[in-house]
Amino acid sequence: MENVEQKFQDSVNAEIKIEPRNWMPEAYRKTLIRQISQHAHSEIVGMLPEGAWITRAPSLKRKAILLAKVQDEAGHGLYLYSAAETLGQSREQMINDLHSGKAKYSSIFNYPTKSWADIGAIGWLVDGAAILNQVMLCRTSYGPYARAMVRICKEESFHQRQGFDILLTLANGTPEQKIMCQDAINRWWWPSLMMFGPKDSESSNSDQSMKWKIKRKSNDELRQNFVDMCVQQVKVLGMNLPDPDLKWNEAKQQHDWGEIDWNEFWQVVKGNGPCNKERLEARRNAWDNGAWVREAAAAHAQKQKDKQKQQAA
Amino acid sequence: MTDQIKYLLCLADNALILGHRNSEWCGHGPVLEQDIALTNISLDLIGQARNFYQYAASLSGADHNEDTLAYHRDSHEFLNTLLVEQPNGDWGVTILRQFLVSNYQYYLYQQLQHNSDVTLAAIAAKAIKEVTYHLRWSSEWVIRLGDGTTESNQRMQQALHLLWPFTYELLQPADYETGYIDVTKIKQLWQDKTNEILAEATLSIPNNSQPFIGGKTGAHSEHLTAILNEMQSLPRAYPNTIW
Repeated sequence: MENVEQKFQDSVNAEIKIEPRNWMPEAYRKTLIRQISQHAHSEIVGMLPEGAWITRAPSLKRKAILLAKVQDEAGHGLYLYSAAETLGQSREQMINDLHSGKAKYSSIFNYPTKSWADIGAIGWLVDGAAILNQVMLCRTSYGPYARAMVRICKEESFHQRQGFDILLTLANGTPEQKIMCQDAINRWWWPSLMMFGPKDSESSNSDQSMKWKIKRKSNDELRQNFVDMCVQQVKVLGMNLPDPDLKWNEAKQQHDWGEIDWNEFWQVVKGNGPCNKERLEARRNAWDNGAWVREAAAAHAQKQKDKQKQQAA
Repeated sequence: MTDQIKYLLCLADNALILGHRNSEWCGHGPVLEQDIALTNISLDLIGQARNFYQYAASLSGADHNEDTLAYHRDSHEFLNTLLVEQPNGDWGVTILRQFLVSNYQYYLYQQLQHNSDVTLAAIAAKAIKEVTYHLRWSSEWVIRLGDGTTESNQRMQQALHLLWPFTYELLQPADYETGYIDVTKIKQLWQDKTNEILAEATLSIPNNSQPFIGGKTGAHSEHLTAILNEMQSLPRAYPNTIW
Protein backbone atom coordinates (compact mmCIF):
# COMPACT_ATOMS: atom_id res chain seq x y z
CA MET A 1 0.00 0.00 0.00
CA GLU A 2 2.76 2.39 0.98
CA ASN A 3 4.40 1.52 -2.26
CA VAL A 4 1.48 2.52 -4.51
CA GLU A 5 0.98 5.71 -2.56
CA GLN A 6 4.66 6.60 -3.02
CA LYS A 7 4.44 5.78 -6.71
CA PHE A 8 1.38 8.04 -6.99
CA GLN A 9 3.18 10.91 -5.26
CA ASP A 10 6.25 10.34 -7.46
CA SER A 11 4.06 10.72 -10.56
CA VAL A 12 2.56 13.91 -9.18
CA ASN A 13 6.02 15.27 -8.37
CA ALA A 14 7.25 14.35 -11.85
CA GLU A 15 4.30 16.26 -13.37
CA ILE A 16 2.84 13.11 -14.89
CA LYS A 17 -0.95 13.54 -15.04
CA ILE A 18 -3.06 11.17 -12.98
CA GLU A 19 -5.66 9.48 -15.19
CA PRO A 20 -8.99 7.85 -14.24
CA ARG A 21 -7.62 4.28 -14.32
CA ASN A 22 -4.53 5.05 -12.26
CA TRP A 23 -4.41 4.19 -8.59
CA MET A 24 -5.04 7.21 -6.39
CA PRO A 25 -5.50 7.76 -2.66
CA GLU A 26 -9.17 7.74 -1.63
CA ALA A 27 -8.77 11.22 -0.12
CA TYR A 28 -7.38 12.54 -3.43
CA ARG A 29 -10.42 11.15 -5.23
CA LYS A 30 -12.81 12.63 -2.67
CA THR A 31 -11.12 16.02 -2.70
CA LEU A 32 -11.34 16.14 -6.49
CA ILE A 33 -14.98 15.06 -6.60
CA ARG A 34 -15.80 17.75 -4.04
CA GLN A 35 -13.84 20.42 -5.85
CA ILE A 36 -14.83 19.58 -9.44
CA SER A 37 -18.51 19.14 -8.63
CA GLN A 38 -18.47 22.39 -6.66
CA HIS A 39 -16.91 24.02 -9.68
CA ALA A 40 -19.55 22.52 -11.99
CA HIS A 41 -22.37 23.67 -9.69
CA SER A 42 -20.88 27.17 -9.68
CA GLU A 43 -21.10 27.29 -13.46
CA ILE A 44 -24.72 26.18 -13.41
CA VAL A 45 -25.89 28.38 -10.53
CA GLY A 46 -23.80 31.18 -12.04
CA MET A 47 -26.09 31.14 -15.09
CA LEU A 48 -28.93 32.53 -12.98
CA PRO A 49 -27.80 36.03 -11.94
CA GLU A 50 -26.61 36.84 -15.46
CA GLY A 51 -29.40 34.95 -17.19
CA ALA A 52 -31.82 37.30 -15.49
CA TRP A 53 -30.59 40.12 -17.75
CA ILE A 54 -30.77 38.33 -21.12
CA THR A 55 -34.34 39.49 -21.71
CA ARG A 56 -33.38 43.04 -20.64
CA ALA A 57 -30.05 43.44 -22.43
CA PRO A 58 -30.05 47.01 -23.80
CA SER A 59 -29.01 46.23 -27.39
CA LEU A 60 -29.35 43.24 -29.69
CA LYS A 61 -25.58 42.85 -29.86
CA ARG A 62 -25.27 42.79 -26.06
CA LYS A 63 -28.14 40.35 -25.90
CA ALA A 64 -26.49 37.95 -28.32
CA ILE A 65 -23.16 38.18 -26.49
CA LEU A 66 -24.76 37.59 -23.10
CA LEU A 67 -26.75 34.61 -24.39
CA ALA A 68 -23.58 33.10 -25.81
CA LYS A 69 -21.77 33.72 -22.56
CA VAL A 70 -24.39 32.11 -20.35
CA GLN A 71 -24.57 29.21 -22.77
CA ASP A 72 -20.80 28.79 -22.45
CA GLU A 73 -21.27 28.46 -18.71
CA ALA A 74 -23.73 25.64 -19.22
CA GLY A 75 -21.10 24.02 -21.45
CA HIS A 76 -18.45 24.45 -18.75
CA GLY A 77 -20.80 22.79 -16.29
CA LEU A 78 -21.08 19.85 -18.68
CA TYR A 79 -17.31 19.40 -19.12
CA LEU A 80 -16.84 19.57 -15.37
CA TYR A 81 -19.61 17.12 -14.51
CA SER A 82 -18.05 14.77 -17.06
CA ALA A 83 -14.61 15.22 -15.49
CA ALA A 84 -16.06 14.42 -12.06
CA GLU A 85 -17.87 11.37 -13.48
CA THR A 86 -14.49 9.88 -14.40
CA LEU A 87 -13.90 9.64 -10.65
CA GLY A 88 -16.94 7.44 -10.18
CA GLN A 89 -19.59 9.95 -9.13
CA SER A 90 -22.78 10.14 -11.24
CA ARG A 91 -24.08 13.48 -12.47
CA GLU A 92 -27.45 12.74 -10.89
CA GLN A 93 -25.83 12.20 -7.49
CA MET A 94 -23.91 15.46 -7.78
CA ILE A 95 -27.08 17.33 -8.70
CA ASN A 96 -28.93 15.76 -5.78
CA ASP A 97 -26.13 16.91 -3.47
CA LEU A 98 -26.45 20.44 -4.80
CA HIS A 99 -30.21 20.45 -4.28
CA SER A 100 -30.00 19.01 -0.77
CA GLY A 101 -27.46 21.65 0.24
CA LYS A 102 -24.76 19.05 0.84
CA ALA A 103 -22.60 20.32 -2.01
CA LYS A 104 -21.57 23.95 -2.23
CA TYR A 105 -21.09 26.35 -5.11
CA SER A 106 -19.25 29.64 -5.29
CA SER A 107 -20.81 32.12 -2.87
CA ILE A 108 -20.42 34.97 -5.33
CA PHE A 109 -23.58 33.83 -7.11
CA ASN A 110 -25.62 34.50 -4.00
CA TYR A 111 -25.39 38.21 -4.66
CA PRO A 112 -28.08 39.96 -6.73
CA THR A 113 -27.75 41.51 -10.21
CA LYS A 114 -29.54 44.82 -9.71
CA SER A 115 -28.53 46.76 -12.80
CA TRP A 116 -27.12 46.21 -16.28
CA ALA A 117 -23.72 47.33 -14.97
CA ASP A 118 -23.68 44.23 -12.79
CA ILE A 119 -23.35 42.15 -15.95
CA GLY A 120 -20.20 44.11 -16.73
CA ALA A 121 -18.89 43.86 -13.18
CA ILE A 122 -19.45 40.09 -13.12
CA GLY A 123 -17.52 39.68 -16.34
CA TRP A 124 -14.65 41.89 -15.24
CA LEU A 125 -14.32 41.00 -11.55
CA VAL A 126 -15.99 37.63 -11.04
CA ASP A 127 -14.75 36.05 -14.26
CA GLY A 128 -11.42 37.81 -13.74
CA ALA A 129 -11.03 36.20 -10.33
CA ALA A 130 -12.20 32.85 -11.69
CA ILE A 131 -9.63 32.97 -14.51
CA LEU A 132 -6.71 33.33 -12.10
CA ASN A 133 -7.87 30.22 -10.33
CA GLN A 134 -8.61 28.37 -13.56
CA VAL A 135 -5.33 29.19 -15.28
CA MET A 136 -3.63 27.57 -12.31
CA LEU A 137 -5.94 24.56 -12.66
CA CYS A 138 -4.92 23.99 -16.30
CA ARG A 139 -1.82 22.43 -14.71
CA THR A 140 -3.64 20.52 -12.00
CA SER A 141 -2.47 16.95 -11.45
CA TYR A 142 -5.69 15.18 -12.48
CA GLY A 143 -5.73 14.83 -16.28
CA PRO A 144 -9.45 15.14 -17.11
CA TYR A 145 -9.80 18.18 -14.84
CA ALA A 146 -6.75 19.89 -16.34
CA ARG A 147 -7.98 19.28 -19.89
CA ALA A 148 -11.47 20.59 -19.11
CA MET A 149 -9.83 23.71 -17.68
CA VAL A 150 -7.84 24.39 -20.84
CA ARG A 151 -11.06 24.60 -22.85
CA ILE A 152 -12.79 26.64 -20.18
CA CYS A 153 -9.98 29.18 -19.89
CA LYS A 154 -10.16 30.03 -23.58
CA GLU A 155 -13.81 30.98 -23.24
CA GLU A 156 -13.42 32.71 -19.91
CA SER A 157 -11.00 35.27 -21.24
CA PHE A 158 -13.66 36.28 -23.78
CA HIS A 159 -16.14 36.57 -20.90
CA GLN A 160 -13.87 38.85 -18.98
CA ARG A 161 -13.28 41.07 -22.00
CA GLN A 162 -17.00 41.41 -22.70
CA GLY A 163 -17.58 42.40 -19.07
CA PHE A 164 -14.85 44.99 -19.15
CA ASP A 165 -16.21 46.30 -22.45
CA ILE A 166 -19.67 46.78 -20.91
CA LEU A 167 -18.14 48.76 -18.05
CA LEU A 168 -15.92 50.79 -20.36
CA THR A 169 -18.94 51.79 -22.43
CA LEU A 170 -20.80 52.84 -19.28
CA ALA A 171 -17.75 54.66 -17.92
CA ASN A 172 -17.60 56.72 -21.12
CA GLY A 173 -21.35 57.27 -21.15
CA THR A 174 -23.88 59.57 -19.53
CA PRO A 175 -23.68 60.68 -15.86
CA GLU A 176 -26.34 58.08 -14.99
CA GLN A 177 -24.31 55.34 -16.65
CA LYS A 178 -21.18 56.36 -14.76
CA ILE A 179 -23.07 56.14 -11.46
CA MET A 180 -24.43 52.73 -12.48
CA CYS A 181 -20.90 51.58 -13.28
CA GLN A 182 -19.33 52.74 -10.01
CA ASP A 183 -22.22 51.32 -7.99
CA ALA A 184 -21.75 47.88 -9.53
CA ILE A 185 -18.00 47.94 -8.87
CA ASN A 186 -18.68 48.96 -5.26
CA ARG A 187 -21.01 46.03 -4.72
CA TRP A 188 -18.96 43.34 -6.51
CA TRP A 189 -15.45 44.24 -5.35
CA TRP A 190 -15.45 42.72 -1.88
CA PRO A 191 -17.39 39.57 -2.77
CA SER A 192 -14.89 39.06 -5.62
CA LEU A 193 -11.98 39.17 -3.17
CA MET A 194 -13.80 36.58 -1.09
CA MET A 195 -13.91 34.22 -4.10
CA PHE A 196 -10.34 33.13 -3.37
CA GLY A 197 -11.48 31.60 -0.11
CA PRO A 198 -10.27 32.01 3.47
CA LYS A 199 -6.81 33.30 4.29
CA ASP A 200 -4.08 30.67 3.93
CA SER A 201 -3.75 30.54 7.72
CA GLU A 202 -7.45 29.54 7.98
CA SER A 203 -7.78 27.29 4.94
CA SER A 204 -8.22 23.68 6.00
CA ASN A 205 -7.82 21.87 2.66
CA SER A 206 -4.98 23.86 1.18
CA ASP A 207 -1.79 22.10 2.31
CA GLN A 208 -2.75 18.66 1.12
CA SER A 209 -4.09 20.02 -2.18
CA MET A 210 -0.77 21.78 -2.80
CA LYS A 211 1.15 18.60 -2.07
CA TRP A 212 -1.01 16.69 -4.55
CA LYS A 213 -0.62 19.56 -7.01
CA ILE A 214 -4.36 19.93 -7.31
CA LYS A 215 -3.69 23.53 -6.34
CA ARG A 216 -0.48 25.29 -7.23
CA LYS A 217 -0.97 28.69 -5.71
CA SER A 218 -2.38 29.58 -2.32
CA ASN A 219 -5.57 31.58 -1.77
CA ASP A 220 -3.60 34.61 -0.63
CA GLU A 221 -1.19 34.49 -3.56
CA LEU A 222 -4.05 34.41 -6.06
CA ARG A 223 -5.88 37.18 -4.22
CA GLN A 224 -2.74 39.32 -4.35
CA ASN A 225 -2.43 38.77 -8.12
CA PHE A 226 -6.06 39.74 -8.54
CA VAL A 227 -5.78 42.98 -6.57
CA ASP A 228 -2.61 44.03 -8.41
CA MET A 229 -4.29 43.33 -11.75
CA CYS A 230 -7.54 45.19 -10.95
CA VAL A 231 -5.79 48.29 -9.64
CA GLN A 232 -4.30 48.74 -13.10
CA GLN A 233 -7.49 47.96 -14.98
CA VAL A 234 -9.76 50.22 -12.94
CA LYS A 235 -7.63 53.17 -14.01
CA VAL A 236 -8.62 52.49 -17.63
CA LEU A 237 -12.24 52.71 -16.55
CA GLY A 238 -11.64 55.92 -14.60
CA MET A 239 -13.52 54.35 -11.69
CA ASN A 240 -12.50 53.58 -8.10
CA LEU A 241 -12.14 50.42 -6.08
CA PRO A 242 -14.10 50.87 -2.86
CA ASP A 243 -11.28 50.40 -0.36
CA PRO A 244 -9.67 53.38 1.42
CA ASP A 245 -6.83 51.16 2.64
CA LEU A 246 -5.81 50.02 -0.83
CA LYS A 247 -2.31 51.32 -1.55
CA TRP A 248 1.01 50.44 -3.14
CA ASN A 249 3.54 48.85 -0.80
CA GLU A 250 6.98 49.84 -2.04
CA ALA A 251 8.85 47.28 0.05
CA LYS A 252 6.63 44.38 -1.08
CA GLN A 253 6.26 45.71 -4.65
CA GLN A 254 2.60 44.78 -4.34
CA HIS A 255 -0.60 46.39 -3.14
CA ASP A 256 -1.95 46.22 0.38
CA TRP A 257 -5.67 46.26 0.92
CA GLY A 258 -8.22 46.55 3.71
CA GLU A 259 -9.63 43.75 5.81
CA ILE A 260 -12.23 41.53 4.15
CA ASP A 261 -15.48 41.18 6.12
CA TRP A 262 -15.01 37.51 7.01
CA ASN A 263 -18.22 37.47 8.96
CA GLU A 264 -20.11 38.22 5.75
CA PHE A 265 -18.06 35.56 3.95
CA TRP A 266 -19.04 32.83 6.41
CA GLN A 267 -22.66 33.96 6.58
CA VAL A 268 -23.03 33.58 2.79
CA VAL A 269 -21.23 30.21 2.85
CA LYS A 270 -23.68 29.05 5.51
CA GLY A 271 -26.65 29.96 3.34
CA ASN A 272 -27.51 33.38 4.69
CA GLY A 273 -26.47 35.51 1.69
CA PRO A 274 -28.89 37.80 -0.11
CA CYS A 275 -29.94 35.23 -2.75
CA ASN A 276 -28.98 31.76 -1.45
CA LYS A 277 -32.58 30.63 -1.14
CA GLU A 278 -33.67 31.96 -4.53
CA ARG A 279 -30.73 30.37 -6.34
CA LEU A 280 -31.25 26.91 -4.90
CA GLU A 281 -34.98 27.15 -5.36
CA ALA A 282 -34.53 28.09 -9.03
CA ARG A 283 -32.26 25.07 -9.57
CA ARG A 284 -34.61 22.72 -7.73
CA ASN A 285 -37.62 24.01 -9.67
CA ALA A 286 -35.85 23.58 -13.00
CA TRP A 287 -34.99 20.01 -12.06
CA ASP A 288 -38.40 19.10 -10.64
CA ASN A 289 -40.35 20.73 -13.47
CA GLY A 290 -38.18 18.85 -15.93
CA ALA A 291 -38.76 15.43 -14.35
CA TRP A 292 -41.61 14.51 -16.73
CA VAL A 293 -39.44 15.49 -19.70
CA ARG A 294 -36.55 13.28 -18.60
CA GLU A 295 -38.93 10.41 -17.86
CA ALA A 296 -40.58 10.75 -21.27
CA ALA A 297 -37.22 10.81 -23.05
CA ALA A 298 -36.12 7.66 -21.21
CA ALA A 299 -39.43 5.90 -21.94
CA HIS A 300 -39.26 6.79 -25.63
CA ALA A 301 -35.65 5.59 -25.88
CA GLN A 302 -36.66 2.28 -24.26
CA LYS A 303 -39.56 1.83 -26.68
CA GLN A 304 -37.24 2.42 -29.63
CA LYS A 305 -34.81 -0.14 -28.26
CA ASP A 306 -37.58 -2.72 -27.80
CA LYS A 307 -38.77 -2.12 -31.36
CA GLN A 308 -35.28 -2.67 -32.74
CA LYS A 309 -34.96 -5.87 -30.76
CA GLN A 310 -38.29 -7.14 -32.10
CA GLN A 311 -37.24 -6.34 -35.63
CA ALA A 312 -33.93 -8.10 -35.17
CA ALA A 313 -35.62 -11.22 -33.73
CA MET B 1 -43.85 52.31 -44.86
CA THR B 2 -43.25 50.20 -47.96
CA ASP B 3 -44.41 46.60 -48.18
CA GLN B 4 -40.80 45.56 -48.45
CA ILE B 5 -39.93 47.10 -45.08
CA LYS B 6 -43.11 45.75 -43.51
CA TYR B 7 -42.26 42.30 -44.71
CA LEU B 8 -38.71 42.50 -43.37
CA LEU B 9 -40.04 43.69 -40.01
CA CYS B 10 -42.51 40.82 -39.93
CA LEU B 11 -39.67 38.33 -40.49
CA ALA B 12 -37.45 40.10 -37.94
CA ASP B 13 -40.14 40.45 -35.28
CA ASN B 14 -41.08 36.77 -35.53
CA ALA B 15 -37.47 35.76 -35.03
CA LEU B 16 -36.82 38.24 -32.22
CA ILE B 17 -39.92 37.51 -30.18
CA LEU B 18 -39.52 33.74 -30.43
CA GLY B 19 -35.83 34.14 -29.59
CA HIS B 20 -36.84 36.21 -26.58
CA ARG B 21 -39.33 33.60 -25.38
CA ASN B 22 -36.77 30.81 -25.75
CA SER B 23 -34.14 32.85 -23.94
CA GLU B 24 -36.41 32.94 -20.88
CA TRP B 25 -35.53 29.24 -20.46
CA CYS B 26 -31.81 29.84 -20.23
CA GLY B 27 -30.65 28.36 -16.93
CA HIS B 28 -34.03 26.70 -16.25
CA GLY B 29 -34.17 23.83 -18.74
CA PRO B 30 -35.05 20.24 -17.79
CA VAL B 31 -31.54 18.94 -18.47
CA LEU B 32 -28.27 20.71 -19.21
CA GLU B 33 -27.84 19.51 -22.80
CA GLN B 34 -31.31 20.74 -23.79
CA ASP B 35 -30.86 24.02 -21.95
CA ILE B 36 -27.85 24.55 -24.20
CA ALA B 37 -29.76 23.45 -27.32
CA LEU B 38 -32.65 25.84 -26.75
CA THR B 39 -30.30 28.72 -25.92
CA ASN B 40 -28.53 27.98 -29.17
CA ILE B 41 -31.79 28.22 -31.09
CA SER B 42 -32.51 31.45 -29.31
CA LEU B 43 -29.14 32.81 -30.40
CA ASP B 44 -29.78 31.78 -34.01
CA LEU B 45 -33.17 33.48 -34.01
CA ILE B 46 -31.83 36.70 -32.55
CA GLY B 47 -29.05 36.61 -35.15
CA GLN B 48 -31.65 36.22 -37.92
CA ALA B 49 -33.69 39.08 -36.46
CA ARG B 50 -30.60 41.31 -36.46
CA ASN B 51 -29.95 40.58 -40.14
CA PHE B 52 -33.52 41.45 -41.12
CA TYR B 53 -33.58 44.59 -38.95
CA GLN B 54 -30.27 45.80 -40.33
CA TYR B 55 -31.54 45.40 -43.86
CA ALA B 56 -34.86 47.09 -43.01
CA ALA B 57 -33.00 49.95 -41.33
CA SER B 58 -30.79 50.48 -44.37
CA LEU B 59 -33.87 50.74 -46.56
CA SER B 60 -35.86 53.01 -44.30
CA GLY B 61 -33.12 55.60 -44.06
CA ALA B 62 -33.84 58.15 -41.36
CA ASP B 63 -31.89 57.39 -38.21
CA HIS B 64 -32.88 53.76 -37.97
CA ASN B 65 -30.65 50.90 -36.97
CA GLU B 66 -31.31 47.39 -35.64
CA ASP B 67 -31.75 48.68 -32.09
CA THR B 68 -34.15 51.52 -32.85
CA LEU B 69 -36.32 48.99 -34.66
CA ALA B 70 -36.20 46.45 -31.83
CA TYR B 71 -36.31 48.82 -28.88
CA HIS B 72 -38.25 51.89 -29.96
CA ARG B 73 -41.38 50.55 -31.59
CA ASP B 74 -44.60 49.97 -29.66
CA SER B 75 -46.65 46.81 -29.54
CA HIS B 76 -49.02 47.86 -32.34
CA GLU B 77 -46.03 48.40 -34.64
CA PHE B 78 -44.73 44.85 -34.22
CA LEU B 79 -45.73 42.49 -37.02
CA ASN B 80 -44.96 39.07 -35.51
CA THR B 81 -47.56 36.31 -35.40
CA LEU B 82 -49.50 35.75 -32.18
CA LEU B 83 -48.00 32.26 -31.93
CA VAL B 84 -44.46 33.41 -31.13
CA GLU B 85 -45.54 35.74 -28.32
CA GLN B 86 -47.47 33.04 -26.45
CA PRO B 87 -46.06 32.28 -22.98
CA ASN B 88 -43.60 29.43 -22.67
CA GLY B 89 -45.86 27.21 -20.57
CA ASP B 90 -44.15 23.93 -19.77
CA TRP B 91 -41.30 22.44 -21.84
CA GLY B 92 -43.91 20.73 -24.04
CA VAL B 93 -45.59 23.98 -25.05
CA THR B 94 -42.22 25.54 -25.81
CA ILE B 95 -41.11 22.55 -27.89
CA LEU B 96 -44.35 22.36 -29.82
CA ARG B 97 -44.35 26.10 -30.55
CA GLN B 98 -40.79 25.77 -31.81
CA PHE B 99 -41.75 22.88 -34.06
CA LEU B 100 -44.76 24.69 -35.53
CA VAL B 101 -42.69 27.80 -36.27
CA SER B 102 -39.53 26.04 -37.44
CA ASN B 103 -41.59 23.90 -39.78
CA TYR B 104 -43.01 27.09 -41.28
CA GLN B 105 -39.67 28.92 -41.41
CA TYR B 106 -38.04 25.95 -43.11
CA TYR B 107 -40.32 26.07 -46.16
CA LEU B 108 -40.49 29.86 -46.04
CA TYR B 109 -36.72 30.35 -46.18
CA GLN B 110 -36.43 27.67 -48.83
CA GLN B 111 -38.48 29.92 -51.08
CA LEU B 112 -36.93 33.18 -49.94
CA GLN B 113 -33.38 32.02 -50.62
CA HIS B 114 -34.27 32.21 -54.31
CA ASN B 115 -35.89 35.64 -54.07
CA SER B 116 -34.89 38.30 -56.60
CA ASP B 117 -33.99 40.58 -53.70
CA VAL B 118 -30.43 39.34 -53.29
CA THR B 119 -29.94 40.63 -49.74
CA LEU B 120 -33.12 38.96 -48.54
CA ALA B 121 -32.13 35.79 -50.39
CA ALA B 122 -28.71 35.79 -48.73
CA ILE B 123 -30.19 36.19 -45.24
CA ALA B 124 -32.64 33.36 -45.93
CA ALA B 125 -29.89 31.12 -47.30
CA LYS B 126 -27.89 31.59 -44.12
CA ALA B 127 -30.93 31.13 -41.89
CA ILE B 128 -32.06 27.91 -43.53
CA LYS B 129 -28.99 26.07 -42.30
CA GLU B 130 -29.91 27.00 -38.75
CA VAL B 131 -33.62 26.35 -39.19
CA THR B 132 -32.93 22.88 -40.61
CA TYR B 133 -31.40 22.00 -37.26
CA HIS B 134 -34.22 23.70 -35.29
CA LEU B 135 -36.76 21.68 -37.21
CA ARG B 136 -34.93 18.42 -36.68
CA TRP B 137 -34.39 19.07 -32.98
CA SER B 138 -37.96 20.16 -32.29
CA SER B 139 -39.46 17.33 -34.40
CA GLU B 140 -37.48 14.78 -32.42
CA TRP B 141 -38.66 16.27 -29.16
CA VAL B 142 -42.31 16.40 -30.24
CA ILE B 143 -42.08 12.70 -31.08
CA ARG B 144 -40.20 11.84 -27.89
CA LEU B 145 -42.69 13.65 -25.65
CA GLY B 146 -45.79 12.56 -27.55
CA ASP B 147 -44.70 8.93 -27.53
CA GLY B 148 -42.94 8.89 -24.12
CA THR B 149 -45.22 8.42 -21.09
CA THR B 150 -48.94 8.83 -20.45
CA GLU B 151 -48.22 12.11 -18.70
CA SER B 152 -46.03 13.49 -21.45
CA ASN B 153 -48.56 12.48 -24.08
CA GLN B 154 -51.33 14.28 -22.20
CA ARG B 155 -49.22 17.37 -21.78
CA MET B 156 -48.38 17.44 -25.48
CA GLN B 157 -52.01 16.94 -26.45
CA GLN B 158 -52.95 19.89 -24.22
CA ALA B 159 -50.17 21.96 -25.73
CA LEU B 160 -51.53 21.18 -29.17
CA HIS B 161 -55.02 22.34 -28.17
CA LEU B 162 -53.53 25.51 -26.76
CA LEU B 163 -51.37 26.40 -29.77
CA TRP B 164 -53.27 25.04 -32.75
CA PRO B 165 -55.61 28.08 -33.10
CA PHE B 166 -52.51 30.24 -33.64
CA THR B 167 -51.20 28.19 -36.56
CA TYR B 168 -53.78 29.56 -39.00
CA GLU B 169 -52.10 32.96 -38.89
CA LEU B 170 -48.78 31.47 -39.99
CA LEU B 171 -50.35 30.24 -43.20
CA GLN B 172 -52.60 33.17 -43.97
CA PRO B 173 -50.55 35.88 -45.62
CA ALA B 174 -50.88 39.57 -44.80
CA ASP B 175 -51.17 41.95 -47.78
CA TYR B 176 -47.49 42.79 -47.66
CA GLU B 177 -46.43 39.13 -47.79
CA THR B 178 -48.15 37.97 -50.96
CA GLY B 179 -45.57 39.29 -53.40
CA TYR B 180 -42.80 37.31 -51.75
CA ILE B 181 -43.99 33.76 -51.32
CA ASP B 182 -46.19 31.07 -52.75
CA VAL B 183 -48.29 30.50 -49.64
CA THR B 184 -50.34 27.67 -51.09
CA LYS B 185 -47.19 25.67 -51.61
CA ILE B 186 -45.81 26.40 -48.14
CA LYS B 187 -49.17 25.53 -46.62
CA GLN B 188 -49.21 22.11 -48.28
CA LEU B 189 -45.65 21.28 -47.27
CA TRP B 190 -46.22 22.55 -43.73
CA GLN B 191 -49.37 20.47 -43.35
CA ASP B 192 -47.75 17.30 -44.67
CA LYS B 193 -44.79 17.60 -42.34
CA THR B 194 -46.96 18.51 -39.37
CA ASN B 195 -49.24 15.54 -39.99
CA GLU B 196 -46.26 13.22 -40.31
CA ILE B 197 -44.57 14.33 -37.07
CA LEU B 198 -47.77 14.52 -35.01
CA ALA B 199 -48.79 11.05 -36.20
CA GLU B 200 -45.46 9.63 -35.15
CA ALA B 201 -45.89 11.41 -31.83
CA THR B 202 -49.35 9.78 -31.50
CA LEU B 203 -50.99 13.19 -31.14
CA SER B 204 -54.25 14.19 -32.78
CA ILE B 205 -54.88 17.55 -34.38
CA PRO B 206 -57.82 19.33 -32.77
CA ASN B 207 -60.78 20.02 -35.02
CA ASN B 208 -63.14 22.97 -34.90
CA SER B 209 -60.65 25.32 -33.32
CA GLN B 210 -61.31 29.02 -33.77
CA PRO B 211 -58.37 30.74 -35.49
CA PHE B 212 -56.61 33.56 -33.67
CA ILE B 213 -55.26 36.10 -36.13
CA GLY B 214 -54.04 39.68 -35.93
CA GLY B 215 -50.35 39.87 -35.00
CA LYS B 216 -49.12 40.36 -38.54
CA THR B 217 -51.18 43.56 -38.78
CA GLY B 218 -50.23 44.80 -35.31
CA ALA B 219 -53.21 43.51 -33.28
CA HIS B 220 -51.39 41.68 -30.49
CA SER B 221 -52.22 39.92 -27.25
CA GLU B 222 -51.30 41.53 -23.93
CA HIS B 223 -48.32 39.14 -23.80
CA LEU B 224 -46.43 41.23 -26.33
CA THR B 225 -46.88 44.36 -24.20
CA ALA B 226 -45.32 42.52 -21.27
CA ILE B 227 -42.44 41.24 -23.43
CA LEU B 228 -41.70 44.72 -24.77
CA ASN B 229 -41.95 46.38 -21.36
CA GLU B 230 -39.22 44.07 -20.20
CA MET B 231 -37.09 43.94 -23.32
CA GLN B 232 -37.15 47.68 -24.05
CA SER B 233 -36.91 48.90 -20.45
CA LEU B 234 -33.33 50.22 -20.48
CA PRO B 235 -33.23 52.00 -23.85
CA ARG B 236 -36.63 53.55 -23.07
CA ALA B 237 -35.58 54.70 -19.60
CA TYR B 238 -32.33 56.19 -20.90
CA PRO B 239 -32.93 57.40 -24.44
CA ASN B 240 -30.02 58.49 -26.66
CA THR B 241 -27.59 56.36 -24.70
CA ILE B 242 -24.96 54.00 -26.00
CA TRP B 243 -24.68 50.59 -24.31
